[in-house]
Amino acid sequence: MSLVLTQEQEILQRTARELVQSRAPVKRLRTYRDTKDPDGFSRELWAEMARLGWLGIVVPEAYGGSGLGWRDLMVVMEELGRTLVTEPFTGTVLLGTTAIVLGGTEAQKQAHLPPVAAGQRLLALAYQEPRGRYDWRHVETRAERAGGGWKLTGEKAHVLDGHVADFLLVSARTGGEPGDAHGISCFLVRRDAPGVGVERMWRVDGRGAAAVRFDGVTVSADAVLGGEGQGEPLLARTLDRATIALSAEMLGGMAACFEMTLDYLKTRKQFGVPIGSFQALKHRAARLFVEIELARSMVMAAHQALDEDADDQRVARLAGAAKARCSDAFVLAGNEGVQMHGGIGMTDEHDVGFFLKRARAAEIQFGDAAFHRERIASIDGY
Amino acid sequence: MADPEAFREQTRRWLDASAPAGVRTPPKTPDEVCWGGRKGKYHEDVRRWLAVMAERGWTAPTWPREYGGGGLSKDEARILVEEMAKLKLRPPLTGFGLEMIGPLLLQAGSEEQKREHIPRIARGEIRWCQGYSEPGAGSDLAGLQTRAERDGDDYVLNGQKVWTSYGDRSDWMFILVRTDRAKKHAGITFLLMDMDTPGVQVRPIKLISGASPFTETFLTDVRVPRRNVVGQEHGGWNIAKMLLRFERNMIADVFKERDDRKRLLDMARRCLPAAGDHGRIGDAVLRDRITQLELDQLCFDLTLARSRDRLRAGQPPGAEVSLFKLYGTELNQRRRELMLAVAGPQALGWEGPGFTDEELGLTRDWLRSRGNTIEGGTSEIQLNIIAKQVLGLPD
Repeated sequence: MSLVLTQEQEILQRTARELVQSRAPVKRLRTYRDTKDPDGFSRELWAEMARLGWLGIVVPEAYGGSGLGWRDLMVVMEELGRTLVTEPFTGTVLLGTTAIVLGGTEAQKQAHLPPVAAGQRLLALAYQEPRGRYDWRHVETRAERAGGGWKLTGEKAHVLDGHVADFLLVSARTGGEPGDAHGISCFLVRRDAPGVGVERMWRVDGRGAAAVRFDGVTVSADAVLGGEGQGEPLLARTLDRATIALSAEMLGGMAACFEMTLDYLKTRKQFGVPIGSFQALKHRAARLFVEIELARSMVMAAHQALDEDADDQRVARLAGAAKARCSDAFVLAGNEGVQMHGGIGMTDEHDVGFFLKRARAAEIQFGDAAFHRERIASIDGY
Repeated sequence: MADPEAFREQTRRWLDASAPAGVRTPPKTPDEVCWGGRKGKYHEDVRRWLAVMAERGWTAPTWPREYGGGGLSKDEARILVEEMAKLKLRPPLTGFGLEMIGPLLLQAGSEEQKREHIPRIARGEIRWCQGYSEPGAGSDLAGLQTRAERDGDDYVLNGQKVWTSYGDRSDWMFILVRTDRAKKHAGITFLLMDMDTPGVQVRPIKLISGASPFTETFLTDVRVPRRNVVGQEHGGWNIAKMLLRFERNMIADVFKERDDRKRLLDMARRCLPAAGDHGRIGDAVLRDRITQLELDQLCFDLTLARSRDRLRAGQPPGAEVSLFKLYGTELNQRRRELMLAVAGPQALGWEGPGFTDEELGLTRDWLRSRGNTIEGGTSEIQLNIIAKQVLGLPD
């Protein structure tokens, strides 16, 4: 185990890069936005990704997955990040699949994981609430006993990939008050169940998300995921793993944004010379390079820890470290990218602006850098 | 290596049997660190440890046996380092001989130079210092003016070197001199000079932090034999650049996280306790700055580890090596500044009374750390190197 890619991972990286660069270039984002495409991604490409086994990388082979490791997922996520791919990985793979693998009963795993890995089912985790900011414990949505099952009432916001999900994984209170760790339970809810209201949110980064209302939605007893009242640790563990995988996607975004910027510095001429010959820009580019290299080490170490089955506290700490580092570095790469491109960088016609937008959205997703630093301080007891 | 576990077992047993009691604890003061040399005065255990390790070639484990090294493979050397760490043994020898001029001579020295110098470095008999910078040649090192004029089989040296670390305690200097005034880079020669040669004068430099290991070296008609040229006459610049890489790796190595993390946290808890919450730091802004610093340190350490892993996997060094000097030194400065911020007024001491030794150390360490981003190539020079060599930005 070390912080270098294996030969197999390098092959996976090349395959992923070729597919993504040819089938999912950054300019797609402009089309999806301008045509108000209801999906905001390509179902054909999703099927292709399923055929390549990417959707089941962290799904055990017994449930139709490829049984690979987190570092293999890292390789794919980095490539997806390079062209700001909008296919619903976050909801389906990072959050939905992880939660079911970690907390699902045998029957739930059998029911959901094979169709997910085959690309036939999309998932979303509805955990964030309008007043909850980054706190997954801030759950106002209520689940009350009804007949042999439960009745869900409440509203969720920023449900990533919730606009296309076939199943929603919903956190709700079966006890306690908003902010309490205890009394949270998770439920598997069909998106077409009566009382579920899904409204598409249009975000700055072009990623699909939804505001979801639950108006007395009834589910059966076996819809509980991870045990009644056991939702909090399941959410925390799921979010930590998804956060680590997101940091790999962010790494790809910042690397691609930097490469685009570096190309521009070498080709754009002012005062008769390439602007990259100016020391003011050279030094800024060199500093950005350093930040990205540091981020890469952190991202690799966090995935390595997952492959080594590190305990939950260590995973939480590394998730925070990777996310804090990648949030700062990606935002810097986006800001510097636009600044160094100058006027053309401010135009919608140029791709660099999409990196700036995605950097901000990814920074906020699962908590910004300050949120994760505070979490690390509290894990470490200071 | 036939059987790594057998080698590990033998090594551990030999180390445990051979190491004197006095080298099984970390050095308490810098003076207890063994740099070898004719002028060094070390504790008996330290001298004995140097002697037994040198006898086995393990002061320089990977150097060839014929020059007094240990002839170990990289894997064996790693096992040796790991076993020494487990037994908490001090390195038997440190210094510019082992880290800089030794590796350089092995790469670029003549056979005669290797036979003369490498074994004496490995045995710790000769301590080396570096004669690069001059009053008029800092970042623009190739602007150096110390003259070396041919006179029969000798060069005659005249000029001045500055920032010579431990010049007063060293026996030999590797020195850059000008042998051709018409050409800048192509007029420089790399020489080996005995510090006991008549005409060599050394004077200490006092820094903003107080006393320092730095000296100035004045050269007046110093005669150095021509056989002491490393590489070609006028070809010293390439040799100098080769050696600078060893130096930058060494400086970065110094800034790996040691016990400073615990120290910063302990200080913060002591100086800024949160009311009613044991162990929590009361100041949210400083808490965030501490976490940020620790994260940066973690990322830096992991990048060093990634670089090592690449080498072990047989891959060429990655672009990341270029950032070690730059980032490691800035990180150290930020740590020192943060310690001042945490300690508040007690970090303002220059001498006692009213300040503990630890507090006085904070002030001095902070001041000294300001030099980290200047020595061994300023941060701005490092950024230029990254921009040019790694990013390929045009001149």
